[in-house]
Amino acid sequence: MKAAAKLQMGIKYAILLFSCLVILFPPYIIVVNAFKTKEKFHASSAISLPDSWFYFENFVKAFKQASIPLAFSNTITIIVVTLFFNILLGSAFCYAISRFQFRFQSFLVGLFMFATIIPQITTQVVNYKTIMSLGLTNNLMGPVLLYIGADIIQIYIYLQFIKNIPYELDESAMIEGASLIRIFRSIIFPLLTPATFTIVILKTINIYNDFFVPYLYLPRAQHVVVSTSLMRFFGNNSGDWQLVSAAILIIMIPTAIMYIFLQRYIFAGVTSGAVK
Amino acid sequence: MFSKLPFPTQKKVILVSFIAIPLLLLFTFAYYPALELFRLSFMKWNGVSAHKEWVGFANYAEVFSNPELFGVFRHNFAYFAIGIVQNIVALFFAVLLNTKLRGRNGFRLLLFLPYILNGVAVAYLFGYVYDTTNGSLNYLLGSLGFDQLAQTSWLGNKDYVNYTLASVGLWRFMGFNMVIYLGALQSIPSDLYEAASIDGASSWQQFTRITLPNIYKIIELNLFLTVTGALEVFDLPFVLTKGGPAGASETFVMKIIETAFQFNNYGLASAMSVVLLLIVVIVLSIQRYILTKGDD
Repeated sequence: MKAAAKLQMGIKYAILLFSCLVILFPPYIIVVNAFKTKEKFHASSAISLPDSWFYFENFVKAFKQASIPLAFSNTITIIVVTLFFNILLGSAFCYAISRFQFRFQSFLVGLFMFATIIPQITTQVVNYKTIMSLGLTNNLMGPVLLYIGADIIQIYIYLQFIKNIPYELDESAMIEGASLIRIFRSIIFPLLTPATFTIVILKTINIYNDFFVPYLYLPRAQHVVVSTSLMRFFGNNSGDWQLVSAAILIIMIPTAIMYIFLQRYIFAGVTSGAVK
Repeated sequence: MFSKLPFPTQKKVILVSFIAIPLLLLFTFAYYPALELFRLSFMKWNGVSAHKEWVGFANYAEVFSNPELFGVFRHNFAYFAIGIVQNIVALFFAVLLNTKLRGRNGFRLLLFLPYILNGVAVAYLFGYVYDTTNGSLNYLLGSLGFDQLAQTSWLGNKDYVNYTLASVGLWRFMGFNMVIYLGALQSIPSDLYEAASIDGASSWQQFTRITLPNIYKIIELNLFLTVTGALEVFDLPFVLTKGGPAGASETFVMKIIETAFQFNNYGLASAMSVVLLLIVVIVLSIQRYILTKGDD
């Protein structure tokens, strides 16, 4: 019996280790090739190690050609402005909708839930016209408006969290004469901090990883974001995999680092977003 | 000043001011486009001119009769098939990681990693993995002795390019499904399993009699995500193959985008979008129907 249990454990670990190899194989290839010279790349096999881990020429080239500083500053601008409004509007909305009784309450929540099944990419056919009529194509605020308006993860997450804040807190604050705005600002919003944190992380990753909205609404070089900068760079250097590898790494690393340090919030967000 | 108002008045002000903007945005960017797509689907319109011509159901007739349009759904089938595999694998790993196991957080961390990486970067990453001559997959196959297989043009063969692309989806999203399953598994009270093992139930019996019934809703959710994901595939083929070779990896959403933004045929693109939306609604209703029947 003990031997059987050991064998079972062995099989479990073998399967898990194999799956880890499958996950890590593609990134491994990128890492080793990003440090190779063009000659070394063609002379060596795809999986061999580079001669030196201190050959940064590919990164320098990618950094310049893909206008990485500009791409990052545009991406960060979009993320910061979007998050500001997402948090402000999302938390206020959820406060209003879950703290008071009124007609159409559940209908309103239903409206927001139902909207998620509309395939977002197809609505771009119409949204493009809307953004254009607002004069926001070729403007970083165009994507910002779409990310604020069309994506509603923040509402799910805030609704989940706000339910767990006891209503007695509101009541006792009311008795002490606090206004409803003050209750929201000084009691509810601070208690929603873990939710806010989760939203910040998930949204940052989503916006950072999106390419279609910037591709469609920000075609000019001056408005390039990380995803579109990589697309341009690939277009100009396809086949030069050692260069492309370096660019891919530069783009991938920020979210990977964020993930490792903030995994707790990411898993919490994914699970609570799903079990709605 | 606001605090001097009576609570019922405060409540009204808050309700209106806190709800108005999100609601306005929801209508502007979700419901208005959906309705507008519906209206445009009966029109012939190039997207620019003020003139829109009413054409009745002509666009819908075109969607269903032109094999170039509705027919591309057969490309989407690969994503559905691999998506089912992906769910089975995800559930398997979720069950595995839900047992007592050293390093299980580490495994979860690694298996979920692909999900948070930039999609364009992942696309090119696999462009390299699947590259015919320089590609690392073919190199690996060659060095393992599969010389024939190592000549494969994974992204250049119209028969399996969609499966190649769908396998990237498996790599990228399996961990996401797994984390959702894992969350559901962890909410099952452990005394259920203890009672079952005292009664002598095998692990397989425990899985089919306790685990599966308890995560039924989550399986449904994951399957819904898989089916709609397969119907709405867009970014990976758009970035990696541009629909090639010879249109073999074009998907329905790619066709919609192309019809609207390249051919400026907004009426037809709208009809295609409405068809897609209706299919999603039908899938959801069927799943709901089956689920509520299962509850009785």
